[in-house]
Amino acid sequence: MAYSEQVIDHYENPRNVGKMNDQDDNIGTGMVGAPACGDVMRLQIKVSDDGIIEDAKFKTYGCGSAIASSSLVTEWVKGMTLDQAQELKNTKIAEELALPPVKIHCSVLAEDAIKAAVADYKEKQAKKQ
Amino acid sequence: MDITQNYFEFLALPVTYQLDLQALSERSRELQKTLHPDRFSHLSDRERRLSVQYTAYLNEAVSTLKNPLSRAQYLLKLKGFDTFSESQRQLDPMFLMQQMELRESLAEISATADPEAELDALRATVEQELRSLREQFDKYYQQSTPSSFEAAAVCVRKMQFFDKLGREIEALEDQLFDE
Repeated sequence: MAYSEQVIDHYENPRNVGKMNDQDDNIGTGMVGAPACGDVMRLQIKVSDDGIIEDAKFKTYGCGSAIASSSLVTEWVKGMTLDQAQELKNTKIAEELALPPVKIHCSVLAEDAIKAAVADYKEKQAKKQ
Repeated sequence: MDITQNYFEFLALPVTYQLDLQALSERSRELQKTLHPDRFSHLSDRERRLSVQYTAYLNEAVSTLKNPLSRAQYLLKLKGFDTFSESQRQLDPMFLMQQMELRESLAEISATADPEAELDALRATVEQELRSLREQFDKYYQQSTPSSFEAAAVCVRKMQFFDKLGREIEALEDQLFDE
């Protein structure tokens, strides 16, 4: 199966690969996995005091589409509010990357990852209070 | 012979995870003999077509039951839990964290002083984890309640990650040492 140019671009030059300290209060970490293909994805966000995502990092072990989906999400969410990030839809990711139907689940994985990261951050904030 | 039977029945084997692999290959050989196309050369087209169908079903049955992961998935499917086609499932974050770490160490292996020893150690870890997941699966499957089948499905999902990791270890090994 041929990858789209967009996928190849993110695959060859992934943005924002890395790790932030998941113990920090202002970091939210989302860990997700897809059993069928054995892919694992970690997506982290760094949130400012006024609720804006300042930075995002990811690490994905999986196929090109999964790497590209998570790479794209880290680019998109920077500057977003938590609510905006939570509303991010996999269909937008799939459309941007021109994912074929068999790879749609990779974009779902990335959507789940950002949702999990936001939820993790909110949980940390709730615990603090 | 009847291809509406499940794979175990088709092969006249007990429906269990602790499958006797010796018996599986013996039964498979016996059936293969009776299904050999040469024995059907004098028969009608319809009968020959049936023999081809039976052979395909037999091959599918053997390959599914032989592999410990697909055998577990097949047993669950017989109980109405389809783990073959699911993609997204909520998974234990601690488990995913461990998977992440194992993938990270695999990615770093080629840069270590003794990649061969590191690969062996990682493979041993994967095999140990798979063994323990298979034992857990068997235990839950035998309990045979809706919640134990759900727990068995969780074991299957975890096995899928370790299976993938095992394949990646093999691929890296080929790449590093088979030149």
